[in-house]
Amino acid sequence: MTSSPVMTPASAVAPEARRPSPDVPAPSRGLARFGAVAFGLVVLSQVGAILASPPDAAMGHTQKIMYVHVPTAWSAFLAFFLVFVYSVRYLWGRDERNDRMALGAAEVGTALTALTLAQGSIWGKPTWGVWWTWDPRLTTTAIMFLIYVGYLALRAFTDDHERGARWAAAVGVFGFINVPIVYMSVRWWRTIHQVQSTSSSVDPVYRIGLLVNVITFTLLVVYLMLKRAESARLERALDAALEARMLGRAPSSAGDR
Amino acid sequence: MSAHPTIASGWSLGGRQARAVLWKDLLAERRTKVNFNAVVAFAVITLLLAGFALGPDAEALRKSAIGIIWLTILFAGVLAFNRSYQSELETGALEALLHYAGDRRAIFVGKLLANLAFVLLVELIVVPLAAMLYHVEMLRAAPALAGVLFLGTVGFVTLGTFYAAMASRVRAREVLLPLLLFPMLVPLLLAAVECSRAVLEGDVMGDWRAWLRVLVAFDVIFLVASLLAFEHVIED
Repeated sequence: MTSSPVMTPASAVAPEARRPSPDVPAPSRGLARFGAVAFGLVVLSQVGAILASPPDAAMGHTQKIMYVHVPTAWSAFLAFFLVFVYSVRYLWGRDERNDRMALGAAEVGTALTALTLAQGSIWGKPTWGVWWTWDPRLTTTAIMFLIYVGYLALRAFTDDHERGARWAAAVGVFGFINVPIVYMSVRWWRTIHQVQSTSSSVDPVYRIGLLVNVITFTLLVVYLMLKRAESARLERALDAALEARMLGRAPSSAGDR
Repeated sequence: MSAHPTIASGWSLGGRQARAVLWKDLLAERRTKVNFNAVVAFAVITLLLAGFALGPDAEALRKSAIGIIWLTILFAGVLAFNRSYQSELETGALEALLHYAGDRRAIFVGKLLANLAFVLLVELIVVPLAAMLYHVEMLRAAPALAGVLFLGTVGFVTLGTFYAAMASRVRAREVLLPLLLFPMLVPLLLAAVECSRAVLEGDVMGDWRAWLRVLVAFDVIFLVASLLAFEHVIED
């Protein structure tokens, strides 16, 4: 990961401002080390699970997508739960740290949801013969993806930073409240129209590999969220430092920790 | 924001403020009518386009009628919500409104009721017209259908009014509001369509009770959530 003291946002501004002031803190080295370890563990647990598991009786090697699909789906849901938690906390106390964590969780969660949908389609085509079914889990995941795309679009389109944080928090809370309602309603809708969704239990041979991958994947996702929150903190510290320099006075509160 | 001596007087003040906002919005709309006429025209053209896209088989059209009606309501209604804040933003009236003492939720309730009246009026024209265009027998079940339309519209307008308070104040508001709103409305759309179908076509299994509960629960949950969160959204 990044070990250089200058973060990427600095390269987006004028060259003479590339090293704006010593008030912009360097990215955390501890976090970078944690990320490297988490990434290594994901690689190891993926390889281990794929090599250790025999081909599935019904699905053959297609089953192996489970080791990436289930952890992705699980951590996407975890990320959106964290968006909810940090959004409520932000609305409660207006602590900017909570806003940055909500942003990090939302971006990572949206990317993971897109991955989940893509993996599901790739698995669904050989298994079910179709890229898409109106299964409640699938449908809810797609709706969740769109809710948080809206969340990120709202953040992107709002110029005022504090206002964007408040609005995003409200949307983050509403979106998460709606997830179980969407799931239940789609399930009822399908039951009424007589479509059975398949659910199969997981054999113990596969369960251990799956569990280990869920844990390592969660670590990686936590790292990504923290990294995004950190980069948001540095961006804002940089903005504050640049503004202070342009106004010709010492920066007041750049980089609150 | 409770600078009121008692809860009771706070309520009545809030009620009067909400009514004032409602009255102002309806009066502005009645005097111009630009928005209403345009939205109704848009709804009518949507109904016709759906007919062209799915017709000319009359039976196929009748089967799709309920879905088309609800989609038309959503697409037409979403045009109205941004507009409901837009006129105030253009003249700076929203800031003046925010400076008044009292509960800001009154602004939300007033706008919610104005939008509710607006969308219900649009439905009053669009739904009978759809019945004629798509050969759907509605008169027999009119009271029950009106109830379903009302409950569906309450949830729709609640979230629409809430999200428009944000979306109307950013760039790209025309695309942002449906992007925020429509994914949230999936349970409402499912419940409203299933209830309408049960009302119009009969429902042997009695599933409509479950859907009615979804509809009412959706309305209540997001009405309460919007009232709790509106203060955070509108403050500046």
